[in-house]
Amino acid sequence: MNIRNGPSALAAALVCAALLATGCPGNGGTAAGKALVVSSLPMQGSAMGQTRSVVNGIRLAFEEVSYKAGDLEFAYEPWDDATAQTGTWDATQEAQNARRAAGDERILAYIGTFNSGAAKVAMPVLNRAGLLMVSPANTATGLTKPGLGESGEPGIYRPSGQVNYFRVVPADDIQGTAAAVWAADLGVKKVYILDDQEVYGRGIANVFERACKDRGIQVLGHDGIDRRAPEYKALMTRVAQTGPDLLYFGGITQNNAGQLVKDMRAVGLECRFMGPDGVFEQAFIEAAGAENLEGRTYTTFGGVPPDQLKEGRAAEFARTYREKFGIEPEAYAVYGYEAARVVAHCLREAGARDRSLVLEACRRLKDFDGVLGRWSFDANGDTDMTMMSGSTVVGGRFQFVRFLTVE
Amino acid sequence: MSGAEVLAQQLVNGLTLGSVIALVAIGYTMVYGIIGLINFAHGDLYMLGAFAALSLIGVSGLAPGDGAAATWGTLAWVLVLVMAFTGGLNVLIERWAYRPLRRAQPLAPLITAIGVSFILQNLGMLWGALPLEVMGTNAVAPKSFPDLIPRVDLLSRMGLATGVRVTTKDLFVMGLTVPLMLGLHLFVTRTRLGTAMRATSQNREAARMVGIPADRVIAVTFLIGGALAGAGALVRGLFFNTIVFNMGYGAGLQAFTAAVVGGIGSIPGAMLGGLLIGLISALSDHLISARWTPAVLFLILIAVLVFRPRGLLGDPTGQKA
Repeated sequence: MNIRNGPSALAAALVCAALLATGCPGNGGTAAGKALVVSSLPMQGSAMGQTRSVVNGIRLAFEEVSYKAGDLEFAYEPWDDATAQTGTWDATQEAQNARRAAGDERILAYIGTFNSGAAKVAMPVLNRAGLLMVSPANTATGLTKPGLGESGEPGIYRPSGQVNYFRVVPADDIQGTAAAVWAADLGVKKVYILDDQEVYGRGIANVFERACKDRGIQVLGHDGIDRRAPEYKALMTRVAQTGPDLLYFGGITQNNAGQLVKDMRAVGLECRFMGPDGVFEQAFIEAAGAENLEGRTYTTFGGVPPDQLKEGRAAEFARTYREKFGIEPEAYAVYGYEAARVVAHCLREAGARDRSLVLEACRRLKDFDGVLGRWSFDANGDTDMTMMSGSTVVGGRFQFVRFLTVE
Repeated sequence: MSGAEVLAQQLVNGLTLGSVIALVAIGYTMVYGIIGLINFAHGDLYMLGAFAALSLIGVSGLAPGDGAAATWGTLAWVLVLVMAFTGGLNVLIERWAYRPLRRAQPLAPLITAIGVSFILQNLGMLWGALPLEVMGTNAVAPKSFPDLIPRVDLLSRMGLATGVRVTTKDLFVMGLTVPLMLGLHLFVTRTRLGTAMRATSQNREAARMVGIPADRVIAVTFLIGGALAGAGALVRGLFFNTIVFNMGYGAGLQAFTAAVVGGIGSIPGAMLGGLLIGLISALSDHLISARWTPAVLFLILIAVLVFRPRGLLGDPTGQKA
């Protein structure tokens, strides 16, 4: 008996220890560890400079309230939705994160995703679970706005019929249009458009194309690139034949934007290059080669770039960030901070470990005293802030040029 | 440029791309020919070759605009070292990962090859974090490879009034790949070791019976295939000027397609397949749409597999095809 009992008692103890470590769902909501906020961002691959900065922003916001929302104590865990093999976000990994969050009762808010394609995967899962999702970086239009994305969007992301997804950055219908406004101001007459065939890249390229046509800019062509291709000289030879004043690329650095710019110059296409926030990072300049971009590159960004965080709360954020982490905040750091402040606010309003109360608090959020000014969520879950900024490459770095407004 | 000139330009683009693909495709086809293994790690070996080349250039301090003598002298050394590195690494991979599975069921080495591919890719990520200036600030971001080969337009230099640009860079790619391929062809058809290699690929047991040291011949095959991947990597770096730790997958897929189209197991087949894939990509980009190019390539692959399963120049016995 003893011999048989010993190991099984030990096993029981181990199982219990394991359950405690993972939160022991059997013990109910209150006793088993703290409430939890998670983020799901690609923490590997070349977006990492950005995403680490977002996580820093989130930590900063939570530390300011000492990880307490009223009486509610919570913890924060940054999750990864990239895999080493893809070097960028991965649909399977994101789906796994979303399911894990949906099933874990301790989790009250999900900060993410970074890439719009990943949001498509996570949104329906979290929507069914009634879990609050706040994105610091998704900009694809169809995620929230009816009639502006693919058919069926955004209803397919809201199987429960309720809105649970919010974002603190302006969407691409605004960014793409702002880019076209800027192009028109620069005197561009003829544009060639390329995209990386992803949700985000293709989406913003389509908006840009429409906005250009509305403003009388001639669209010479719109094609998609294979991100795995080693080079694009043949494509660029064809593009060069059409004689554009501007090449627009809807896409991200990780989908070979650097090679695209190099091949553009290699075939002798010396025109201007414009891209969205997906290439608004130092990694893009390094990959493309500063000499290929210098003085003739234009990037839009859905908000205020880090070097313009000069006033009020924004300046304070930038200063604390520098002091604490010893580096400059990347473009999206401030939105990670803002998303986390929204989450903290909603948890405080809810005052209890109840997902539906947290969600309700976020839907009610109006005139939020944000780091970039006062703003509200609209019925779709979008911020009503529409400030855009434009930067160029000077001396091998991005430099702010102007704010862009869309009427 | 007139329509004909643009087409001629696209043929130049396609041929240079095809030459780079062919160098990698040879590695797939040689290994398959001799041990019947699709070496999925080959693309990643190629990637490590590119990182080695970038590091060596970074250490040598060579920069665009340096004199021709310095540039070519340094690049010659870099080429030799990179080829030795990838060739040697490939031999080690064969020794440690594949040889112990020589008698296992065919699936085991195949899955091992995928595992090796993951290991190499992660090595590439770590390599990107080395504190070298050429590696940039972000370990995993695409790296810019210095543009060392001057881009002089040869046709206009010769006084030809045409819009077609054939530059010294294009010539460099051809000038390096064609001799390497010719050399390989002569080696395989004319030397004793080459004959032993062909014998081993036809029938390993029979080759062993007539006294051919099969293990050594296999090691030499990996050495040559790896060295060519290293040469291809340097050419890619110098010609395309961007490398990234996960480029092996795409490059491998393209080269593998080329090897299958040409007839896997056949060295001239891999050369032909590489050039064809390069030309078809360029023409599809030009005439159809870049969006459709991967689909066009795989349609051609499927057509070849359906109508000529052994590939264009594959072994007619069907043994290795």
